[in-house]
Amino acid sequence: MTRVFTAAAWLVLLLTALACLAPALLTRSSYNEQQRDFINTAPCARFPLGTDDLGRDRLARLVYGARTSLLLACAAALLATAVAALAGGVAGWLGGGVEKAALWGTDLFVSLPWLFLLLTVRALLPLDVSPGASVAITFLLLGLLGWAAPARVVRSRVRSLATSDFVLQARACGLSGARVFLRHILPNVRPVLLAQFFVSLPLFVLSEANLGVLGLGVSEPLPSLGSLLRELQDYSALSSRPWVLVPAILLTSVVTSLYALAGRTEAQP
Amino acid sequence: MRRVLPALLWQAALMLGLSAQEAGELRFCLRADPKTFDPQIVEDEPSETVRYLTGGVLIRLNRSTQKPEPELASSWHISENGRRIDFHLRPGLQFSDGSALTADDVAWTMKRVFDPALHSPVGDAFRSGPGEVETRISAPDAITVRFPAPVSALALQFDQLVIQSHRAVQGQAPVAGPFVVAEYKPGNYLLLRRNTRYWRRAADGRQLPYLGSIRLDIQQNRDVESLWFRRGQIQFIGKLDPELYEVLARESPASVHDAGPSLDWVQLWFNQVPSAPIAANRKAWFTSTAFRRAISWAINREDICRVVYHGHAKPAAGPVSVSNRFWFNAALKPDEHSPSRALELLASDGFRKRGDTLFDRAGTPVEFSIVTNSGNRLHERILAMIQQDLAAIGIRVHTVTLDFPSLIERITRTYDYDACLLPLMAGLDPSDQMNVWLSSGAEHQWNPRQTKPATAWEAEVDALMRAQASASDDKTRKAAWDRVQQIVHEQVPFIFLINPDAMCAISPKLRNAAPALVWPQVFWNVERLALTP
Repeated sequence: MTRVFTAAAWLVLLLTALACLAPALLTRSSYNEQQRDFINTAPCARFPLGTDDLGRDRLARLVYGARTSLLLACAAALLATAVAALAGGVAGWLGGGVEKAALWGTDLFVSLPWLFLLLTVRALLPLDVSPGASVAITFLLLGLLGWAAPARVVRSRVRSLATSDFVLQARACGLSGARVFLRHILPNVRPVLLAQFFVSLPLFVLSEANLGVLGLGVSEPLPSLGSLLRELQDYSALSSRPWVLVPAILLTSVVTSLYALAGRTEAQP
Repeated sequence: MRRVLPALLWQAALMLGLSAQEAGELRFCLRADPKTFDPQIVEDEPSETVRYLTGGVLIRLNRSTQKPEPELASSWHISENGRRIDFHLRPGLQFSDGSALTADDVAWTMKRVFDPALHSPVGDAFRSGPGEVETRISAPDAITVRFPAPVSALALQFDQLVIQSHRAVQGQAPVAGPFVVAEYKPGNYLLLRRNTRYWRRAADGRQLPYLGSIRLDIQQNRDVESLWFRRGQIQFIGKLDPELYEVLARESPASVHDAGPSLDWVQLWFNQVPSAPIAANRKAWFTSTAFRRAISWAINREDICRVVYHGHAKPAAGPVSVSNRFWFNAALKPDEHSPSRALELLASDGFRKRGDTLFDRAGTPVEFSIVTNSGNRLHERILAMIQQDLAAIGIRVHTVTLDFPSLIERITRTYDYDACLLPLMAGLDPSDQMNVWLSSGAEHQWNPRQTKPATAWEAEVDALMRAQASASDDKTRKAAWDRVQQIVHEQVPFIFLINPDAMCAISPKLRNAAPALVWPQVFWNVERLALTP
């Protein structure tokens, strides 16, 4: 299990480093330059992963796609965890009507047909946004819609902490509610938040991939792991161009590694 | 007797063999369930397919020659400048239930189709002016139909008008086409059986159609459809996309057919609606003919044909495909790719390129968004190519894919968009495009539903379209339509990009197939199609 965790951690670390250093590493390749005389080229020295159907370097697109998906999945997970911490923490700590309202809110968000909602929200957004802004919008939406499930976990943890002996003792000592929350509750919720953050990461990577496959994720010419998967829709091409599977293999590896990391984080006391 | 009996047996065996061979079952896919079996209110393609296969019409457009031919009518004569048409029916016509098809049925059908309560799209095609449509039966096999105003391409309009029995009970109506509906399992399949009372015979006297039945499998997924075709479970696929064409061409070169540029085209247009909620400077760009022309010159159509369509498309010059033999204006040529000319033209209109960015007269960088429907990879690739082509002249393009309802909402109701890329399905006759070119038309996409023409050239196009619609001789109509094409080419309200080829895959087992450009591409001569066992 430790080996799996180590391998997963290394893979995620390597990819994150590659993603961060992409512009420095790929100085001669561009993810958006169409070399129209080299469409669907097989892997070669010039294009190690070949070119796509518009003559763009697959390797450059893969590295930039991983960068888009990974970095912004982190941002979305951070946002979702922050909202979950706030909503779940307040609900669990205050209890009563606030808790009921928060639970009702999380139930509502968990029950929402999120794909339909994402489609609707995206349709209502202004059209004139740059590819970079489209990435931010996509992940902001994912983050804002993905807080509900972690919030329920946080609420449950805060609720059990609120009735624990050491909190009762702190209160008996005359500490204010805010001070108890900041000094005693929050530090004990941190492992839960960390676990929720890691659990959310692969979910957001997959959600972006789903949107990308539908053509509703990050806009052209910026690549993402999801938009790169669209080539797999032409399954008949798989036998003649098996290297188009690389984004799918990478996505699977990333998601599996992230789940392995999340599992380890959850297992920690 | 000893000699005669084996000979008779041999002949019977031969006939049985022949009938087994020619009574095969053709199978192909419908994309969805037919929405109706009433031929007069058909609006969707699956229903249209059923109508084509089962309905008997007076005149049928020959999809190969692109000329109207007699079907249930043995002859017709158009007079009074396109207001009147006289039909003579073939002798001995019968519906599938054995009842006679007479002029009474034609009159009853006409009455039904023009009943305003029915809201028949078929009837709408004939409606050229206010007033009643009159029918007069002069003999059981002769009928005259008189319209209140001249109807353009009158004979062609009858290709859609299925003659129904005046004794028909809705839901059990007999038909006069080559097949009858035998079984329908919604969401699964539709089975059509040969109409044994169909009027047409082959040159050797044999009863048509050759096929015994047609099974239409309802299947939305194109991958499943192609898998079925490869396994031999269905005999053809219509409207092939270039990728699948290439794959099938590699596997079985004899099965794929490219009939050349279709009548459809892919176009880009800019939003010129005065009330559109877009910035004033953009409105000024989009209403400038020079700007639109420059964009047209900056786009590399040849590359789109080569890269996106793998050579299975041709650069488009206007609203009529080169395949539309009679109506195409041969004087028009597609705009050539010339970024330098585009920049010169833009400079003459006050635009300046500094560095990698184009600025307008006021110093605003030129950027806009182009929307298209999500899920169509061909359109998304075209957009990506346009994005790079326009970047070369300093224009920043944001490409946006939207789900279809959201896209339609923006281009038809809110007008909250800059530019749009979509295909347009065209018919053979210019009258099919009335709604596109009349300034009052709903499909006059760049500025629809105008109360009066916004520009002088749109007023001229309105007049020419009305003139061609009311003229009865093709020479006058052609002259008017040529001029419309010329104006549209000069004013560039639509940037015509390409005409995709009409491609299909047909099993070598299907005999007598002659793919055409016009729908239904593969089964237009269904009565002559046959299967090799």
